[in-house]
Amino acid sequence: MSDVLLAANAVAKHFGGVKALRDVSLSIRRGEIYGLIGPNGAGKTTFFNCMTGLYIPDGGGFVFDGQPLKADAPHQAAERGIARTFQNIRLFGNMTALENVMVGRHVRTAAGVVGAMLQSKATRAEEAAIRQKAMELLHYVRIEDRADDLAKNLSYGDQRRLEIARALATEPKLLCLDEPAAGMNATETGELRALIEGIRQDGTTVLLIEHDVKLVMGLCDRVAVLDYGALVIEDVPAVVQKDQRVIEAYLGA
Amino acid sequence: MDIFLQQIINGLVQGSIYALVALGYTMVYGIMGLINFAHGEVVMIGTLVSITVTSTLAAAGVPLGLAGLGGLIAAMLVCMALGWSLERIAYRPLRGSPRLTPLITAIGMSIVLQNLAMIIWGRNYLTFPPLLPKVNFEFAGAHFTLVQVAIVLLSAAMMGGLVFLVYRTKLGMAMRATAQNPAVASLLGVNTNRVIAAAFVVGSALAAVAGVMVGSYYEIAHYQMGFMLGLKAFTAAVLGGIGNLAGAMAGGVLLGIIEALGAGYIGDFTGGFLGSHYQDIFAFVVLIIVLMFKPSGLFGEKTGDRA
Amino acid sequence: MKNWLSPRSTAGIALITIALVALPFVVGMGGQAWVRILNFAILYVFLALGLNIVVGFAGLLDLGYIAFYAVGAYTWALLASPHFGLHFPIWAILPIGALMACVFGVLLGSPTLKLRGDYLAIVTLGFGEIVRIFLNNLNSPVNITNGPQGITLIDPVTIGSFKFAGTSQIFGFAVSGPQKYYFLLVALAILVIIINLRLQHSRIGRAWQAIREDEIAAKAVGINTRNIKLLAFAMGASFGGIAGGIFSAMQGFVSPESFSLIESIMVLAMVVLGGMGHIPGVILGAVLLTFLPEVLRYAVVPVQMSLFGKVLVDPESLRMLVFGLALVLVMRFKPAGLWPAPERSREQTQKACVAVTQTTAEAVK
Repeated sequence: MSDVLLAANAVAKHFGGVKALRDVSLSIRRGEIYGLIGPNGAGKTTFFNCMTGLYIPDGGGFVFDGQPLKADAPHQAAERGIARTFQNIRLFGNMTALENVMVGRHVRTAAGVVGAMLQSKATRAEEAAIRQKAMELLHYVRIEDRADDLAKNLSYGDQRRLEIARALATEPKLLCLDEPAAGMNATETGELRALIEGIRQDGTTVLLIEHDVKLVMGLCDRVAVLDYGALVIEDVPAVVQKDQRVIEAYLGA
Repeated sequence: MDIFLQQIINGLVQGSIYALVALGYTMVYGIMGLINFAHGEVVMIGTLVSITVTSTLAAAGVPLGLAGLGGLIAAMLVCMALGWSLERIAYRPLRGSPRLTPLITAIGMSIVLQNLAMIIWGRNYLTFPPLLPKVNFEFAGAHFTLVQVAIVLLSAAMMGGLVFLVYRTKLGMAMRATAQNPAVASLLGVNTNRVIAAAFVVGSALAAVAGVMVGSYYEIAHYQMGFMLGLKAFTAAVLGGIGNLAGAMAGGVLLGIIEALGAGYIGDFTGGFLGSHYQDIFAFVVLIIVLMFKPSGLFGEKTGDRA
Repeated sequence: MKNWLSPRSTAGIALITIALVALPFVVGMGGQAWVRILNFAILYVFLALGLNIVVGFAGLLDLGYIAFYAVGAYTWALLASPHFGLHFPIWAILPIGALMACVFGVLLGSPTLKLRGDYLAIVTLGFGEIVRIFLNNLNSPVNITNGPQGITLIDPVTIGSFKFAGTSQIFGFAVSGPQKYYFLLVALAILVIIINLRLQHSRIGRAWQAIREDEIAAKAVGINTRNIKLLAFAMGASFGGIAGGIFSAMQGFVSPESFSLIESIMVLAMVVLGGMGHIPGVILGAVLLTFLPEVLRYAVVPVQMSLFGKVLVDPESLRMLVFGLALVLVMRFKPAGLWPAPERSREQTQKACVAVTQTTAEAVK
């Protein structure tokens, strides 16, 4: 088993004349927390969307867990073990928090229409297991007391947590978080940090897109910097922080 | 060959009518994202009003041409008022509700208008008074009438007028701005309520003209005539790329020609198995095929989902 | 406190059962015509709950649902009538009808389900019209559907040697044909209610709801949205096919007229007016929209006679006018339907409460 969980090989994507990604190559190792930073419009979310199959890259591709990732098949990315959250939270608003996480179990369960109609023993057992696991995950992100509330009625911070719980429900090998700390205060950010560290300790590799440079530098094992769609550097935080090009990119000098 | 040319001409005439109606659909859809199902009924009301007014005037001794003009103007006024009230009473209170809600309302209004028309004008076919003298032309073996020429010219003129309105006037600019982004437009001082109302009124005026055209083309009218016509016009709008004015016009003409050619040749293609009474399926078959391969229509811009 | 009238309690079930058994005989006192109307109400419940899977659960706007009903109806008509001289038994035709409708559903759904909601609406509508046009015209050169005249003398439902048509003596009671069909329809309706309930709270049901809420998020958690949507479409179509078969047998006659666009709209209206996705609401919608026009049919003439002394407006157009107005008004004042799912209504009351508190707060200031 290779040390690298996800390798991006010269991924390119353009929208009309705008080159959102210019041959970006990077590799995420098993068990690390990997940070992807860069100024607004640097291509971070585009990279995410290519990886999770929402966009089709115009060049290059990804190798995940030793196998190439199929483009344009978001549900297969999840099946392979890539889960994500969204920059502007996307929950199933009119479903309860518990149901949101139960939907996350979809890809790891099998019950079909016939099983549901007949309420076979296997289906009922699976349903109970789904509920059990979902409750555990709500407990894990500490919102179990909101289980029966509609997702849209949750507070902002709880919605972020719920989105993470839903992503974890797919049993990902790689959890991708798109600006999870956006709009959070210092206390909430601290809690989030603990949560992410916990997730890594439990064996899930984490890819983190973030604006909060302090959070990224404190939390990540390695960091990649994107600017104008191109990879500037990929290294440990201590090196990245001192890199002249990174400082320029951020200060716009 | 002369059948081919003949069918092209027939298709062009029918297509001009579709195009005018399609513009009403596309304007409303472009600005507020609503399929105004009742638009076909506005066309029907236009036809029936013009019949009543024209024959009343003619019976009072007004020369037929003038009576016809009176009928046209009356139809336009009634339809504009109708379009305005539809938006004001039925659709405006529903802004911001889930998409299905105004769609059901539109279907409901369509049923209401049809049955009102039946109560007012009865369930029998009405004959449309001949507004223009019956003059026949011949070109390369294909025949066409003065009415057909008038339909194509008048609809071209109406479309020209609409393009001028949308691209050269302040109201048109407000319309385009609202279509792009209603929130930003209203921040910039555009009265979006007025713009939406204007789209309904202008679309209904075009519908009234189309109504008079259909009436004088087929010389017959009926309270149920609007639905299928509306449906096909909507198909034309989708075909061209809904929300796109040029697309609606091109889609209308294209659909008219496809239908005419299809009806003319389907018997030959299927060895006589299917005949010209399948004419009505072409619109839908074409629609399904276009949407399968180009979901944004032939001339529409691609709108992708954003994550 | 436990509600002893709740449908889940033993007493509740017993009461409902007694009511359901007694209903056709009570209604039958007013004439068999009313029993037939009652049967149609239940058939519409079945049909509306089938469509509910597509529209209510998966959020796919299908305006051509009646086409699947037509496919089921004609399948039965062709396989069990003198038209082709075929007389298949029910256990063969009903599954064939469902399967045929399902195949049509998949054929239509697989290319079109990726379309935006309102495009799907118009494509399904077009499909409904195509089916009707074919039914109307496939009588020459080869006579398949017998065109506008339709197919007559269709076999009634027969299970073993038990015929559902005609009066028979059961436990000494004279039970009419419509009354026997009533029990068959109730059994089918209960079946479809159970299926709806079970699907709603299943893995697939949650996936449908997720797609309805946010398709991109649904994809991101690994739901194959295309297949899951297609599943809803195909299931809805199959239920339509079964309903069509029963309709065919019950009427003994089918013609393209029964499958016009207005029928599709009617069934959709039942789902939406009742309360999309909420099973009791959909049942209410189906029953209301079947009975309301019939009541109007009987009431319109006498009411006009007493008011104006003559019939000003003919009943049929007034009936449709009221139907259209009802659609508009319900969407305006109860957009979630007459009997929406409790979660939604709870929110609305919450919103109302908040609004009231706010206005009171302002008033106090």
